Amino acid sequence: MPKNGTGLTGKSFAVLRKDLLCEFRTRYAVNAIVLFGITTLTVVSFSVGQQSLAPEVYSAIFWIIIFFSAMSGLAHVFIREEETKTAMVLRLTADPTPVYLGKLGYNVLLLALLEAIIAPLFFILTDARLESPALFIVVLILGMIGLAGATTLIAAIISKAGVKGALFAVLSFPILLPLLIGLINATSKAFATGEVYFSAASSELQLLVSYGVIMITASLLLFEYVWEG
Amino acid sequence: MIWKILLFVLMVWVIVAAFIFPAPQQVIGEASRIFYFHIPQAWVAVVAYIVSMVASIRYLKSGAMVNDDRARVAAALGLMFSILAMITGSIFAKVTWHSFWNWDPRETSILILLLIYGAYFALRTAVIGDERRARLAAVYAVFAFLTVPFLLFVVPRVLPSLHPSDSIVDASGRFTMSWQTAAVFFPSLIAFTGLFAWIYTIRLRLCTAERLRNEEMEA
Amino acid sequence: MYRLDAQNVKKTFGPRIVLRDVSLSLGIGDSLAVTGPNGSGKTTLLRILAGLTLPSRGTVDFFHEDRKLGRSEMRRLVSYIGPELALYDSLTAAENLRFFAVLRGITLDRGLIGKIMEMVGLGGREDDFYHAYSSGMKQRLKYAVALLNDPVFLLLDEPTANLDKDGKIVVSGIISRQKERGVLIVATNEKEEYGFAEKRYRLDG
Repeated sequence: MPKNGTGLTGKSFAVLRKDLLCEFRTRYAVNAIVLFGITTLTVVSFSVGQQSLAPEVYSAIFWIIIFFSAMSGLAHVFIREEETKTAMVLRLTADPTPVYLGKLGYNVLLLALLEAIIAPLFFILTDARLESPALFIVVLILGMIGLAGATTLIAAIISKAGVKGALFAVLSFPILLPLLIGLINATSKAFATGEVYFSAASSELQLLVSYGVIMITASLLLFEYVWEG
Repeated sequence: MIWKILLFVLMVWVIVAAFIFPAPQQVIGEASRIFYFHIPQAWVAVVAYIVSMVASIRYLKSGAMVNDDRARVAAALGLMFSILAMITGSIFAKVTWHSFWNWDPRETSILILLLIYGAYFALRTAVIGDERRARLAAVYAVFAFLTVPFLLFVVPRVLPSLHPSDSIVDASGRFTMSWQTAAVFFPSLIAFTGLFAWIYTIRLRLCTAERLRNEEMEA
Repeated sequence: MYRLDAQNVKKTFGPRIVLRDVSLSLGIGDSLAVTGPNGSGKTTLLRILAGLTLPSRGTVDFFHEDRKLGRSEMRRLVSYIGPELALYDSLTAAENLRFFAVLRGITLDRGLIGKIMEMVGLGGREDDFYHAYSSGMKQRLKYAVALLNDPVFLLLDEPTANLDKDGKIVVSGIISRQKERGVLIVATNEKEEYGFAEKRYRLDG
């Protein structure tokens, strides 16, 4: 913990800790996102079973599961504030940047949990093979940062909309598409052959890293316009 | 007035010459004529988005509602031209490569642009309150624009491309269009851009007038 | 030293005009009661002044010695309480206080939390969950949170809502103190609350 507990880092951690504490006590978003992931994975396993599919197909299926699970749970961090009317006092008290960073951190952790549960189960319930674990883990990490980085701002936007419905997925998908393309390609390389290390996936990795950096930076700049008023 | 006449003449020239002059790309043949229409449409779709994004940034900085009008009108036109570009592109794809859709990077980009426009309008209808709607839509427009550099530069390195790459400038950077092709292509580019500018101006005037009238009625 | 300046504030919700051309100017020691029937825009006006809602037209600015203050600075000086505002149900009172204190740049230890709770008459109840509080207790905790930053501008919408006799005494104390040291704006329908402020701004329906 930082010594100056009330600087930007301290405030961001406070927001993160508050959200984790609330989530731990209610378990709403975690349940939604993990159950959705497991359900979808079960459906996939049931229909595809032990058939042998191409690595690209497994890769696509994996990220489809992660994407839709993310859509079912990542907006919660802002929607809950609006629905329980706590957003008001938060807006009065806090500057936008620590709020964004705290909630970004929360979404990253939520995705980490999701991936940590779904990834091992994926290899158990399907015939997918993992030839390059190191590459896969790197992609998982970049994936969670990229997904959270792009969608946290959008979650803030839709929390202010009247009718939410599928709006979160509709707004997120076009922005996430380049990320998903990179993730699916890189992952299919990780599934495919063992000799393939990071060099073969270098263009994808560059895409993933730059995506995360750009999305988070832009979100930081734009967030205050969503937050105020 | 004179501009409208010039625009009309230019457009007629483009449409006629596109079919009378020799086809631009010998390898692909007659189907490549669509190049005179498809590329300017895609170009306008991107220009419209840039106009929308710039207006959105100005709205966020100044709060003047006229910028929201500009963003919205430009986006509506961008949506229309994206649809046109996708249709002409798909027709060409079917004729040349025998399938309407291939996930080629440029095709993907125009699809994403279309989805962004769709999402933009979906967001607008879902938000209550004029200022809030203008603000959230503006933030989304700017944020979504960030995917464009990815689509233009990074994705093509990751996905294999079907688009002919030597239509305008070849590998060594020399201009490859024949004078006949250039004589139709560049006027087409100008004509479509002019068309966009003209419709945009009319719609913007209409939009702003409506908004001002609503404000008058409330006062 | 500090001033709040609202010029020609107008707020519309679609076709409905809720606030029409409101202008105010308040400085240290000023107190204002905003009154009017239900739906006259009292809450809306207070929320616009607090920075929670954007006006449709007009401006609201805070000044320190003639220098206009930015949003961050303004946030440090302003506190608002209203019936529609809520604290975190899944946190205890102490956790709520500590959280908002950190966001305000203040670190609270158990001792300080205890003292704050005593001040609003909630002594000993800091480890109870907010959702378990009665509405009167919730109102008192809202005051505790609102006073964390010792605000120059205190905006109260229905200040004694849900409060019993003791609660009202606590609030009177808070209000007297605020009137001496800062600016007080109260929105109310209750005649007994009119007396909290010296000036009155009437909003028609």
